[in-house]
Amino acid sequence: MTVAAPAAPLVDAAAGTEELPPPRRRVGSGAAALLGLVPFAAYLLIFLALPTILTVASGFVDADGSFTLSNVAALADPVIVQTFANSAWLSALTAAGGALLGALACYAMAGLPETGRTRRIVDAASGVLAQFGGVMLAFAFIATIGLQGLVTLTLKDRFGIDLFAEGAWIYGLPGLILPYLFFQVPLMVITFMPAMSALRPQWAEANLTLGGTRAGFWWHIGIPVLAPSFLASLLLLFANAFSSYATAAALASQGSQIVPLQIRTALTSETLLGRENLAGALALGMIVVMAATMSLYALVQRRAARWQR
Amino acid sequence: MNARGFAPHPAVRWLIGLAIIVLFAIPIVSMAEYTLRDATAGGHSLVHWIELFDPARAGTYRPIWTGLGNSAVLAVVTVAIVLLLLAPTMVLVELRFPKLKRPFEFLALLPISIPAIVLVVGLAPIYLAIGRTIGTGIWPLAFAYGVTVLPFAYRAIQAAIDATELRVLAEAARSLGASWPAVLVRVLAPNLRPGLLAASLISVAVVLGEFTIASLLNRQNLQTALVVVGKQDPYASVILSLLALAFAFVLLVVIGRIGGGTPRARRSARPPKDQP
Repeated sequence: MTVAAPAAPLVDAAAGTEELPPPRRRVGSGAAALLGLVPFAAYLLIFLALPTILTVASGFVDADGSFTLSNVAALADPVIVQTFANSAWLSALTAAGGALLGALACYAMAGLPETGRTRRIVDAASGVLAQFGGVMLAFAFIATIGLQGLVTLTLKDRFGIDLFAEGAWIYGLPGLILPYLFFQVPLMVITFMPAMSALRPQWAEANLTLGGTRAGFWWHIGIPVLAPSFLASLLLLFANAFSSYATAAALASQGSQIVPLQIRTALTSETLLGRENLAGALALGMIVVMAATMSLYALVQRRAARWQR
Repeated sequence: MNARGFAPHPAVRWLIGLAIIVLFAIPIVSMAEYTLRDATAGGHSLVHWIELFDPARAGTYRPIWTGLGNSAVLAVVTVAIVLLLLAPTMVLVELRFPKLKRPFEFLALLPISIPAIVLVVGLAPIYLAIGRTIGTGIWPLAFAYGVTVLPFAYRAIQAAIDATELRVLAEAARSLGASWPAVLVRVLAPNLRPGLLAASLISVAVVLGEFTIASLLNRQNLQTALVVVGKQDPYASVILSLLALAFAFVLLVVIGRIGGGTPRARRSARPPKDQP
């Protein structure tokens, strides 16, 4: 900002003459500016648009490169339907659990100053843990509830409880629930805390002045105001779990119980259910689910943003 | 300022807080305990930490050092993409094409809705072509990572842009006779520094944690190495996961400091819009 102060009068003078016919004053320079957008546009085209198009297109192409609907038809195969159901179930369960625990954490921090120490530490920790998905999380849970994990051994030695009496479930679908919660709760804190902070103390005062009770405040004011934000965060958590791959890939070494793992199998083993290019069809299915979830999210978030001004 | 109307009782606050801290501490404490186990002595020791640098076991751990080196290269190239490609474009859009701001935001946040596992299906043929022309080196993978970090980097930089009078600064510098490159490097970049720094740090954190794309395109980075080594020696992988977690925490605290250290950025920080 050191530049701005001495130059301020000059800016006013310049702005007066320059801004009348908007930016049309230098035609050559305008074209040059447009040229400046080209590198980034080209980059997005090659590494965002093209892969997305290729993904979708590959779902409609057979091994010889001609058009087919058989890959997409394979989405109706009972195995694939079960995989999508597993993914949806796991995502919904961890989204609901993460949303409830995360909202509880936000409630515990309600009324704390936003720039205070507690909020800052929680913000930083949530940021790290929400990003702490993937392979490292898988190792964390192998060390915790794996066959030789600390919790497993403690339960067995001290309390005689065998976590794995019913088989090594940690390497299957149920084993993903706890690790997923580990990144879902922090994400909930990140996305829901702004809504919680937007609750005005004045509303509570008005409620008390008018003879309301503390429970009445939550029932008539707090919960209705926070509901859209809660729903939006819930949708985001669902999308987050649905698209997560690395933790499952590192933890569930056998079988492909969820869609991202099924895509891995389709990509690495060439033929699945006797079909080529099934990865494209599976990816298409994922895009549809993600697009639906995120559109709904944007819709609800717009409603929720009303109270966060 | 009386927030007691809806703030929970301090005892409730602490009870919830402690319960959640304990829940989240268990896996982290378990990791630490796991790395300190000593199978031969039956107790705890630093044996697995020391083994990491044992020349006799260097062969087992080689993938980790290779992966770490590769991830470092990827982090540098990705940050270069953010600073040299994304940031100047955002400044250009802000100064000359304000009507493009909305569509640009939509594009920048789009990768949140496209999972990496979906993107990789379409990236496979592209990287096949890149392998044939540019070679199979690790650095071209950073182009894919640039897309992965795009939403995070965009937000960090846009927050800084919103908190700065870019137009005024640019016009002032121009009317004083500065060339456009000079305006960009010597006037705008220093004013956007908190945002650029935060964008770089979050990019580093994301790139160091990336597994999906590297693994399915058969490239070696830190995370794929952790999986490979973890099959032979899980202790080494848990140690490195723990270190990576600590490193990420330091990065995020630094970002927090940057964000909180500039009153200007905080004053005009707007509530989150369509995305978290």
